[in-house]
Parts: sequence; structure tokens; C-alpha cells
Amino acid sequence: MASLKELRARIGSVKSTRKITSAMKMVAAAKLRRAETRAAAARPYADAMRRMLAEVARSVAGEGGQPALLTGTGQDKVHLLIPMSSDRGLAGAFNSNINRTTRNLVLRLQAEGKTVKILPVGRKTYEFLSRDFADLIIGHRHLSASKEIPFSSATELGEQITSLLEKGEFDVCTLVYNRFQNVMTQTPTEMQIVPLALPENDNTENADVASYEFEPDEATMLSSLLPRNLQVQLYATMLETAAGENGARMTAMDNATRNAGKAIDRLTLTYNRTRQTNITNELIEIISGAQAV
Amino acid sequence: MSIKVKIVSPEKVLFAHDADMVVMPGSEGDIAAMPEHAPLMLTLRGGVVDVYEGDVVMHRFFVAGGFADIAPTHCTILADRALKVEDVSVDDAEARLAALEKSYEEADKMNVPALDILMDKIQSARAEIEAGQSAIPAMSI
Repeated sequence: MASLKELRARIGSVKSTRKITSAMKMVAAAKLRRAETRAAAARPYADAMRRMLAEVARSVAGEGGQPALLTGTGQDKVHLLIPMSSDRGLAGAFNSNINRTTRNLVLRLQAEGKTVKILPVGRKTYEFLSRDFADLIIGHRHLSASKEIPFSSATELGEQITSLLEKGEFDVCTLVYNRFQNVMTQTPTEMQIVPLALPENDNTENADVASYEFEPDEATMLSSLLPRNLQVQLYATMLETAAGENGARMTAMDNATRNAGKAIDRLTLTYNRTRQTNITNELIEIISGAQAV
Repeated sequence: MSIKVKIVSPEKVLFAHDADMVVMPGSEGDIAAMPEHAPLMLTLRGGVVDVYEGDVVMHRFFVAGGFADIAPTHCTILADRALKVEDVSVDDAEARLAALEKSYEEADKMNVPALDILMDKIQSARAEIEAGQSAIPAMSI
């Protein structure tokens, strides 16, 4: 049995751990609220963009010579995976879910005989994947260190993907990210972004409207809309990752705080019992000493 | 009779209000969206969007390129970057223009698509400077 002094030290250390985890929880909660606001603010643009794209794509449907971003290269050999994680840990299973999903996907694609390339976004997934798949990684990016994710970081990533596609470096591009369902749940999700899977015609706002005119023509329009749409999608997933990271961290830290509380209770109980035993022992010794005299 | 005008940048909705007319810088010339305009989608160059209520310009926004979706009842402008004209910083824009012109000088003159993109950016920066300068006298009045 540990001595009283050791027990006191342990109780003290668990108490300070609890302080840290509860502070982290509160910080994550504040950041989560901000991240959610930003994600909500970015949604109108993404929605409008999707509507326009669907409209343009509908009017050019069936015509040949469409951009590779929309229709792909016509092959299915080289897969580019973009796992998106956070830069920092201590967020529960948030990052390891992404890592596991990505690894399974890589192994599955390789088993099917496809070539896999990886472009990790976020430090955590880069560090994990560079252990197992260092030779598949063709570059990596960190999310911005600043509090707010600027749209330019999505622009840069989008341009990188577009130029890789133009060089014929890959045929299919899949994004692996944590879909933000609510504060408690983030689901690792695979989303194919090249070639683009257009949603079914959800054009409710324009349903009553006759067909559109385009200026400049549809093809030019499409070729400038598509890269932008890719960037918008990446931006949306980045914001979702930021929100999810803080949600996951909040949940994880909440659990940690609660566990620390339980540990403190247990240790305090042991401490008091030990103290009592010690006192009893001393009393017995004093009494038996007195009797011996 | 008015149209619902929305100006959105990737980060947020800048402006959402009813208006009587919106004049925007289309890539092939300025276009005014009014109620009952035939459905039209266009790309934008860098320039100023004027939102009219009656005959008066109520709001002016600088947009650095983007797209617009014009329909009989609404007009949505998807700007790459958008800000109120009075918030335009001429100095920033001039610095950007100088950087862009430099990279244009150094760019590979055979790579036409890349040059086109640069030209668009330069045009947008010039338009931003113009927009910023035009806003100053209006504010001092």
C-alpha cells in the first residue's frame, strides 16, 4: 500500500490534470462555436455554386469534350487520396478515425491493383501515413495555424489538385474527412471529388425558370466554374474539419475531466482509509505498550 | 417590383436585400439585372457592383471576379472576393498590382492560359484601385 505522502502527491497531480482538461474543454467549446458560425456562413456560397454548376452541367450534358474535372480522364487506374485531419491531437478518436479509414482505403485500392497517391492535409494524418506509406505521399499541407481558415488555403490546394490532374498524375480523387454530424459525432467519410459526382437535379429555386442563357458560352463557363467549385468543396470540408476537431476535443476533454474526478474520489477514499489504519495501528501500539508496563 | 439581390463571397453572405436594379461588371461587358430579366448566367471581371433602389445607387461593392446568376425574381452574385467600395484599400491593391505585373514580366510568354489568368488578376487589381479612388471623394463630401 502506498504511503500517505505518495497518495497526497498523486491526488495533487490528478487534480491539476483535471484543471487542464476542463480548461481545454472550455476553450474547445468556444472555438467550436466560432467554427460552426463560419461553416454556416460559408454555406450559401457553396449552395449557390452547386445550383449554378448543376444548371450549366445540365445544358452541356451529352456533349463531348468536357473538362476532366467533371468527367474524369476516362480511366480508373491512379487514385489520389486526400485525407484531412487536424494539426493537433488530444481530440479523441477524431484523427485516428481518419487515419484508419485512409489506411483501409489504400490497402483496398492496392488489392484491386490500382496505384495510390496520397496528399495528406493536416499534420496528424501526415505523420501517421508517412510511417506506413511514405513512398505514396506526394506532398502534404498543414491547415493554417491561425484561428481562421482563409479561403486562400482552399484555393491553393484546389489549384494543386487541378494542375496534378492536367499533368495526368491521377484519374480519381477522393477526399477522406470527418463529416460533422453534431458535437458528439463526426463520421469519417469518403467523398469523390474528381470526377465530380453531381447531385441529382435539386434545382428547386429555379424550377419554374426557363432554360438559362450563358455568357460566355457554356463550355467556358463550365471550365471556370469547376475549379472554383472544387475549391469551395475543399473549403467546406476544411471548415467542417475545424468544427469537428473542436467538437471531438470538447467531448474527449469532457470525458477526461469526468474520469479525473472519479480517480480523485477513489484516491481520496484510499487516502482516508490508509490514514485511519495508521491511526488505529498507532493506538494499538500505545495501548499494548501501556499494558506491558 | 423588385429583385432579391444576394452578394456572396466564399466566406460569407455580404449583402442580401431587395433592389430595383443591379449593375455588374460582366466579363463581356457590364450588365444590369432588373426584374423579369431573362435567366442568364455570366462570369464577372473585377469591378464594381452598383445596387440601385429607384434611381439611386444605395450600395456599391467591389468584386474581384466571380459568377452571377440572374433570374426574373432574383440575382445572386458569387464573388471570388468582395468588399464594400469604401473598405477598398488602394495601397493594398497597388501593392498587389505591382506584384502581379512583376510576375507577368517573368512569366513564360508561351503559356497562354496562365497569362490569361494573370491578365485577369491584373485587370481586377486595377479595377480595385479605381474603385478605391472613386470612393474617397464620395466619403469626404
